[in-house]
Amino acid sequence: MVTQPSEHTGAASEPGSSWQDQVYDLLQRHNVTQFAYVPDAGHKRLIERSLADAGVHSVALTTEEEGVALLAGADLGGARGVLLMQSSGVGNCINMLSLIKGGGFPFLTLVSMRGDFGEGNPWQFPMGQATQPVLEAMGVICLRADTPEEALATVGAALTMAFQAGNAVAVLFTQKLLGAKKF
Amino acid sequence: MAMQPDAASVAESMGLGFVLDRLQAVPALIGRHEDFLIVAGLAGTSRDVAALTGDGAHTYSMAGAMGGACMIGLGLAPARPDRRVLVVTGDGELLMNIGSLAAIGVVNPANLSIVCVDNGHYGETGYQKSHTSLGVDLEKVASGSGIKRSLTIQTEAEIAGGARLIREGNGTAFVLLRVKPTEPPDYKRDLNPATCRVRFRTACHS
Repeated sequence: MVTQPSEHTGAASEPGSSWQDQVYDLLQRHNVTQFAYVPDAGHKRLIERSLADAGVHSVALTTEEEGVALLAGADLGGARGVLLMQSSGVGNCINMLSLIKGGGFPFLTLVSMRGDFGEGNPWQFPMGQATQPVLEAMGVICLRADTPEEALATVGAALTMAFQAGNAVAVLFTQKLLGAKKF
Repeated sequence: MAMQPDAASVAESMGLGFVLDRLQAVPALIGRHEDFLIVAGLAGTSRDVAALTGDGAHTYSMAGAMGGACMIGLGLAPARPDRRVLVVTGDGELLMNIGSLAAIGVVNPANLSIVCVDNGHYGETGYQKSHTSLGVDLEKVASGSGIKRSLTIQTEAEIAGGARLIREGNGTAFVLLRVKPTEPPDYKRDLNPATCRVRFRTACHS
């Protein structure tokens, strides 16, 4: 999968100063020390930064639900983590979110959306359109971000809601923000 | 509550090497449970652990979210590098997220051990055969996933080696403990996942 800069928003694409770097720095300032991910173009920069950072544990998952359980384990040990996934991966997490909701675990996930604004692949629509309802059905608060400025502010809000107020929160990086992959 | 397995299927399992009794083998393998922070899987293993520890505050046991036990261990281990983290789970729970072993093998946390209590059956749902009664070898899967320190225990004489493996060494350990498909301890533990979380965090950080 190739990252496509958005023509709609002019999302920064130059490495080193992107909104993704600012998001990473923000997570770091909030003591997020565990990153769980399935490889994804939308989260490419965050994943690279986490892998290059000796101060964090960055874990490649085989399926996204593993990351849900991993973050619960991090919390049991007093650490903070974030799950980076694509909207299709949200579908793989549903039952495991029982652990988060039932256990009252703080939970933060950043979701790169497919199957919404400008999507050309029909396979992405069923889960893309179901992402927010499914998360909300399992007790996860959803916040959408359409621009780089919104992305940074929204991740900041989500960090507070998750780790200060103890909620489960998803930030949805929309295709207005990320751009739609061309088909 | 699960039904008892019938005598014929117990005998068949024993013929396949599932002969140890979990009521003795699990406590013998884990030994001094206070040495570990323990994550337990569903059903049988949660009761093994609850009976052994008196539903101790240093344990977090599941009763749902099947397939998560090993990954909870993978998140807990780096958060508490000063402690040894022990995941005790069953063959069915592990099979549900078998990719967890690949995720763990790649990271290879120094302070993580996994015990799979393998009775070859889904005991909680009526003792239907699991894949491990039908040829799947979870120690080979663990080993093939890159977990270098692994062992299968089928006899009493092998337990001492397993007890050493799970509490020593620098790297993740995996022990497959084959047991016959008989009932786990009858123990009523706290099933509330939220109170158990608070209990664990309080004990863990004091």
